[in-house]
Amino acid sequence: MKYLTEFRNGEIAQGMAREIAAITTRPWKIMEVCGGQTHSIIKNGIDQMLPPGIEMIHGPGCPVCVTPLELIDKALAIAQQPGVIFCSFGDMLRVPGTDMDLFQVKAAGGDVRVVYSPLDAVELAVKNPDKQVVFFGVGFETTAPANAMSVHVAKRRGLKNFSVLVSHVLVPPAIAAIMASPGNKVQAFLLAGHVCSVMGYWEYPPVAEKYGIPLVVTGFEPLDLLDGIRRAVIQLEAGRHEVENAYERIVTFDGNPAAQKMLAEVFEVTDRAWRGIGVIPKSGWRLSAAYREFDAEERFHITGIHTEESPLCRAGDVLRGAIKPAECAAFGKECTPRHPLGATMVSSEGACAAYYNYGRFISAEELAGAGRANG
Amino acid sequence: MCLAIPGKVEEITTEGGLRIGRVNFGGVVKRVCLDYVPEVEVGDYTIVHVGFALSKIDEATAEETLAEFRKMGILEQELESEDEAFARAATAPQMACPDGSCSSK
Repeated sequence: MKYLTEFRNGEIAQGMAREIAAITTRPWKIMEVCGGQTHSIIKNGIDQMLPPGIEMIHGPGCPVCVTPLELIDKALAIAQQPGVIFCSFGDMLRVPGTDMDLFQVKAAGGDVRVVYSPLDAVELAVKNPDKQVVFFGVGFETTAPANAMSVHVAKRRGLKNFSVLVSHVLVPPAIAAIMASPGNKVQAFLLAGHVCSVMGYWEYPPVAEKYGIPLVVTGFEPLDLLDGIRRAVIQLEAGRHEVENAYERIVTFDGNPAAQKMLAEVFEVTDRAWRGIGVIPKSGWRLSAAYREFDAEERFHITGIHTEESPLCRAGDVLRGAIKPAECAAFGKECTPRHPLGATMVSSEGACAAYYNYGRFISAEELAGAGRANG
Repeated sequence: MCLAIPGKVEEITTEGGLRIGRVNFGGVVKRVCLDYVPEVEVGDYTIVHVGFALSKIDEATAEETLAEFRKMGILEQELESEDEAFARAATAPQMACPDGSCSSK
């Protein structure tokens, strides 16, 4: 509870934690999908404020973490080509490929740039007509509208030297994959608030119905997270499974119609591989036929990629919520943020990095001692 | 990296057919595309992700969330410049893998 007093409305938070404890009669396992929420939960010690029976399971909602190694290696191969300006968000610089990372490509003379907006990459293409500008388009539904607009603008301006390496993934199919996986323990989900600011939550009622699970749209601040957990527990205890919005000040049922229209024009749904999890059907977006000419994979035809994951790394188990980071034998030993074996240790939103950075070196089982309180 | 940061729209112009705003995030000003939020005007608050405004929000919500994100240390990273991003990456050097798994061919 050491972080409790550090955030706004600490007393309200304590009151909410007490309310959750009062209504909890059985153990429940709740997954927060979004890596930003994982970061906030661990940093603020939210999970430690909860009654012993409520376990937060950390989900795969970190785009940096789930981008497949093969795509990272393709990015590295393209970035090393002469005449290429390779643009990325800062989070991707240190994600380890099989042999190196983007930061090392830059150090070796590659033209790697960090952009704030995908439109900055389009501007670079306009200003450097003799170079091929490639943007690494990773992200969930929150980031996709920005990347879609960059391609749309590039097409409108007739740019022949701009392309995007697309690695977009979607939340609803990931939830379905987790629920359908053998040994799944998750009983309710906190939905990612900013994903829903774009997509709304009209996609989710069939998911709640099919799997019989409460889905609560939740924000990122400590009180938002506690409120999301509280509402999920109320539903679980009552045997209800509905979609509920605990982030009304940002999220509407319909989401952002202008952004959804652009997404439908520029992208089409495709199967995607998730690092550590595998291929999830219809779980991502690729450029639609009308925009396929801007696909960096089509433009550069990178072949001969031979990927190799660290045999020690259990990022896949962490991303599925099967284990907590500290239950991995390499955690904090062979694998640290200074030397990550897997992407979950690289990104600040990766569960392993969050656990490492906030000193969570003890597994839930060790914490619980011999008594297996969390069932 | 799915966080959207609240900011105040200080100026709106049209650049290359796009509606571009100057948005102030508690002191840091960025150029932001407003095409997805046609309802947003100068003086309004909006949440912004990777240079794109996603929805209009009220001032109190914006200020509270900004303060909270600043305290959580995520504001700097979300709004960092290119130089700052490389400097941050440089402090996390990747060394040779202890089990050799990531340096072997």
